[in-house]
Amino acid sequence: MSDWVEACAAGDIDEEDVMRFDHGGRTFAIYRSPDDDYFATDGLCTHEKVHLADGLVMDDIIECPKHNGRFNYKTGAARGAPVCVNLKTYPVKVDAGKVLVQIG
Amino acid sequence: MVIIGAGECGGRAALALRDLGYDGPVTLVGDEPHLPYERPPLSKEAMASDAPEIKAIASDAVLVERSIRHIHSVQAVAIDRAAHRVRLSDGSVLPYDKLLLATGSTPRKLPMPGLGVRCVYLRTFADALAIRGHLGAGNRIAVIGGGFIGLELAAAARKLCAAVTVIEAQPRILMRGVPAEIAEIIHQAHVAEGVDIVCGQGIASIADDGRQVYLTLAGGREISADLAIIGIGAVPVTGLAAEAGLTIDNGIAVDAELRSSDPDIFAAGDCCSFPLAVYGGRRVRLEAWRNAQEQGALAAKNMLGAGEAHAAVPWFWSDQYGLSLQIAGLSDEGRNTVRRDLGDGAFILFHLAEDGRLVAASGIGPGNAVARDIRLAEMLIGKRAKPAPEALGSQAVKLKSLLAA
Repeated sequence: MSDWVEACAAGDIDEEDVMRFDHGGRTFAIYRSPDDDYFATDGLCTHEKVHLADGLVMDDIIECPKHNGRFNYKTGAARGAPVCVNLKTYPVKVDAGKVLVQIG
Repeated sequence: MVIIGAGECGGRAALALRDLGYDGPVTLVGDEPHLPYERPPLSKEAMASDAPEIKAIASDAVLVERSIRHIHSVQAVAIDRAAHRVRLSDGSVLPYDKLLLATGSTPRKLPMPGLGVRCVYLRTFADALAIRGHLGAGNRIAVIGGGFIGLELAAAARKLCAAVTVIEAQPRILMRGVPAEIAEIIHQAHVAEGVDIVCGQGIASIADDGRQVYLTLAGGREISADLAIIGIGAVPVTGLAAEAGLTIDNGIAVDAELRSSDPDIFAAGDCCSFPLAVYGGRRVRLEAWRNAQEQGALAAKNMLGAGEAHAAVPWFWSDQYGLSLQIAGLSDEGRNTVRRDLGDGAFILFHLAEDGRLVAASGIGPGNAVARDIRLAEMLIGKRAKPAPEALGSQAVKLKSLLAA
């Protein structure tokens, strides 16, 4: 089991928004949901490797900025064309105002 | 269910029929030898790679798993509407209950004498590969037409160090659908990358000796090139529909549910014109990837009897060098413009109708800088919102907050 990595401060992300987080040569997307929970997924869309953090968060959905592929960022489930491959998700916890991600 | 045309639209429609639970036979007929594939990469920098590959919409395995019969390298030659049958170029006959025409569009031909093998068009993967073979360093490429296809190919050609001249007969590039302010940024990006852009001059004559193309512009300038790429628009492929007696009006005319003048025949994507609800039913034809995808899915629903009307807002993008342009809505619907700067040179122009309704938004910037706000604008357009111009113009006001209003 790998360590928890600090991604950002909890206040760095607005509610219902997303932020890019790069670590160890990889890129992730960190989300804050409308009900104020935090989530993390791989940072690149499974369709054409576009950074999802430039996309729009609406409720549980992140929409790719390029081709509007949609994923549920809480589960990683692909939600419609053109994406068909699910997004990998990572455990997240908030500790002392920091958002920590467990990068597998 | 029979689908004629195995591009983005037809491919998506076939998959959508299965997604919707339809378990009868689905046949997808395409005239290319490939699996259904995405066309947008064909004109973009992906073509600059050493061995461009098809980006398939569905693999063979998926087609098999979903029981979609894909007949390739074959054309549909006639529709017998009374008998509900389509005849194919290999002589076979396909019966249908519902038929979808997703025949797409084909490049508009340059109506001039003198064109030869060094004068080419782009539509298919085979076209793209043939063009790719000429885009090497030191080669001279003439691009006829300063539209998206031509400009994207110009960018790809520059990436491979070819010398590129773009010739546009109109006073500026991207006259159709792109505001001058944004077209100017794209123009400057091309100039900075070394592209020679000539606007406001038609071509007086063309000669092609099989090795080179010799162009003479209206103003007298002579340009010789190893390849001339002609990108002057596209025309809908309607021959099959017209011969079957379906109504044609700048494409196969369909209603809001994508049904043609024959209730058992639908049309979707580049080949059809349809009433655009967001602009009061204005009849339009769109040549865009997203539209092909959305209409393919909608046609599938309605072939199964859903009776759902088209409600989407047109959306379009282009990538050139590091710049990405996105446009939601049709900017010619607007009378007034409000600019919103997003930083890093990125900005959006909001196009408002006389009555203050947001009707379109055009954005440009590095990477995907404008994507999120264009997407929000698209939703505002869909809601027929009348946001305050000051709010649209101010970076301090989040567009998402306008959506809730």
